[in-house]
Amino acid sequence: MSESENIVVETAEKIFSDLADAQQINRDTQGAWKAPLWQALTDAGLPLSWVAEEFGGAGASLAEGFSVLGVAGRFAIAVPLAETMLAGWLLAQAKIAAPAGEMTVAPASPKDRMIVNADGTLSGRARGVPFATSAKHIAVLASAANGPAIALLAASAARIEAGLNLGGDSSDVVTLDRTEPLAINPAPQRFDQTALMLMGGVVRSLQIAGALESMLAISVRYSNERVAFEKKISRFQAVQHNLAKLAGESAAALAAATSAADTLANASSFNDEAVFLEAAAAKIRCSEAAEKGSGIAHQVHGAIGFTIEHILHRYSLRALAWRDDFGSESHWAVELGKRVAHRGADELWPLVASR
Amino acid sequence: MTAALRFDPIRLPPKCKELRQEVRAFLAEEIAGGTFNPFKPKGEDIDAPAFSRKVGERGWIGMTWPKKYGGHERSFLERYVVTEEMRVANAPTRRFFVADRQSGPVLLKYAPEHIKMDILPRICRGELCFAIGMSEPNSGSDLFAARTRASKTDGGYLINGTKIWTSSAHIADYMIAIFRTSAPTKENRRHGLTQFLVKMKQSGIKVNPIGQITGQFEFNEVVFTDYFVPDDHLLGEIDGAWKQATSELAYERSGPERFLETYYVLTELVRAVGSQPDSRAAEGIGRLVAQLHTMRRMSVSVAGMLQAGKEPVVEASIVKDIGTVWEQQLPHRVRDLAAFVEEGVGNRETLERQLAFAIKTAPKLTIQGGTTEVLRGIIARGLGLR
Repeated sequence: MSESENIVVETAEKIFSDLADAQQINRDTQGAWKAPLWQALTDAGLPLSWVAEEFGGAGASLAEGFSVLGVAGRFAIAVPLAETMLAGWLLAQAKIAAPAGEMTVAPASPKDRMIVNADGTLSGRARGVPFATSAKHIAVLASAANGPAIALLAASAARIEAGLNLGGDSSDVVTLDRTEPLAINPAPQRFDQTALMLMGGVVRSLQIAGALESMLAISVRYSNERVAFEKKISRFQAVQHNLAKLAGESAAALAAATSAADTLANASSFNDEAVFLEAAAAKIRCSEAAEKGSGIAHQVHGAIGFTIEHILHRYSLRALAWRDDFGSESHWAVELGKRVAHRGADELWPLVASR
Repeated sequence: MTAALRFDPIRLPPKCKELRQEVRAFLAEEIAGGTFNPFKPKGEDIDAPAFSRKVGERGWIGMTWPKKYGGHERSFLERYVVTEEMRVANAPTRRFFVADRQSGPVLLKYAPEHIKMDILPRICRGELCFAIGMSEPNSGSDLFAARTRASKTDGGYLINGTKIWTSSAHIADYMIAIFRTSAPTKENRRHGLTQFLVKMKQSGIKVNPIGQITGQFEFNEVVFTDYFVPDDHLLGEIDGAWKQATSELAYERSGPERFLETYYVLTELVRAVGSQPDSRAAEGIGRLVAQLHTMRRMSVSVAGMLQAGKEPVVEASIVKDIGTVWEQQLPHRVRDLAAFVEEGVGNRETLERQLAFAIKTAPKLTIQGGTTEVLRGIIARGLGLR
């Protein structure tokens, strides 16, 4: 990690430790923690990390932003930091200045499409859009007659049906019906919805990996405290082996996600087989790790981890929920499998061993 | 927080690309010349002394070792490329692989200078085959229960006892083995074992082959009867082998051979389903490739740590745990996914033959070189649980 990445990571860790303590958030039924946290993140320039200074952002590198998202995953924070970063990044692709405040992106699923009408308005329906209800603006990728376009619109101009994901965070349906954008520009050459989904998928992979790191840490801590049959449960081999498996899943998720992030940070285009492999594999493997890892974390905790008072669900349910955004593991597995089959059997190893 | 496990994204440097092409071209030539058949996974187990010498001539054995011992002072990442290409091609590496991976590094660290000068260059030339003498009839995973005795005699030690499950002992020139030189102490049950370099072609040693469920005979029982080892063949500290074993593990447990053992069935599955697979096959292949890619990134990352002079024992154990469980399950997953492949598809017979062999091989993968249970114990210790 570079020195500037270290500084950004330390800044994010400090803010989250001070203002996003899981225990306090869990007790706060009114959501009073949200405003100060968002303010601190904004003051540090983190939501617009990926927006150039000339467009009102912090002008951080992709690598720095990815590192922040790994930390955000470790704290399982429930404010639209990742979404605002993604929206700022998407807008920057089309040189549209990012406004202040919370944002999100649409579509957030490879199945949904937005279109640009002949009169320049936008139409379409996007499901599972994270934090649309709390966003002030939405960055939209839409198909126009002459190729993909990127648009900024006021969230108030869209019809938003509120929903919740597994972790209890907003996951909404955004419907556009001849909606006027605030700004619209063509997407850059060879930028399409797959690119947005791959980028979103890597963001979620980093968050899942971070959440798994925390699940491992709190499970290990709990097993060293809890006594059963007159000894700490960490002394039981069955528990030790379960935790070793959780460590493996956490490590695999972290390796896959950081490798994919590093690949995107150094890639010149999304139209590259190695980029596709890295990003798709990260989303697939992190999602699988979320299932196995959260299962073990709950098993180690027993009934207490199943209570709303305990913080475990903040990590486990979010990690599980994040699997669904920007293409599930099933979606990416089918896409990756098709590409591998299309390349042919003898081209599989050269692809895997390409870097 | 627990001590964080890190697997930083390590990329193979550009010169690895060239090397990879050289290795592929060499292997293609050897295949064309009939040295081995890449579609026959048993190829890895055929004894191919001439192939071993050719690999040595290319400079691909002892790649990371000092030049003065015949090595090539190249990086762990370059060695990684050679290892994975050989493995994927099912090349017959048995003769040199153990010496290259483990025995050589042990000698480098603990052997006296004249032995290093004598043996290491011959390993690098592909002339020597090594075996590892760890398990005994009553000491498998519980390494420190080993009872084969090394008793002090004039100018050396007399060895009496039996090693078992010793791969390649029937063709090996040397074995690096642990023998009991003292009784364990009350405070430290690991105390009292010493590492020795053992010459195989000498009287007092008897190698009895043991048949395996695959039909192969690649491991053995090795019986020592008043077998003499000279003093200068003692490696490292008397009674202190347990301190030496740990650093070996990071080398032994994190390489590409820990998840590529049954890889060939995945290649044949992709061939069998053709260029337009249905969703079921596509999803299955996509998941397997994602899992494979992730393990390779973890394994390359550990190679990067070794290059940086670290001893990533826990990380290496995680790679071997996940990798061996994966390669063990792979033939079964491939069998599932191939269930609806049409009769008459060109490679169906090859795939079925390979599956039959891979499924029989699978049980050993999570046992050899440290069982899943032992690995998880090491990981648990790293997590602060024991």
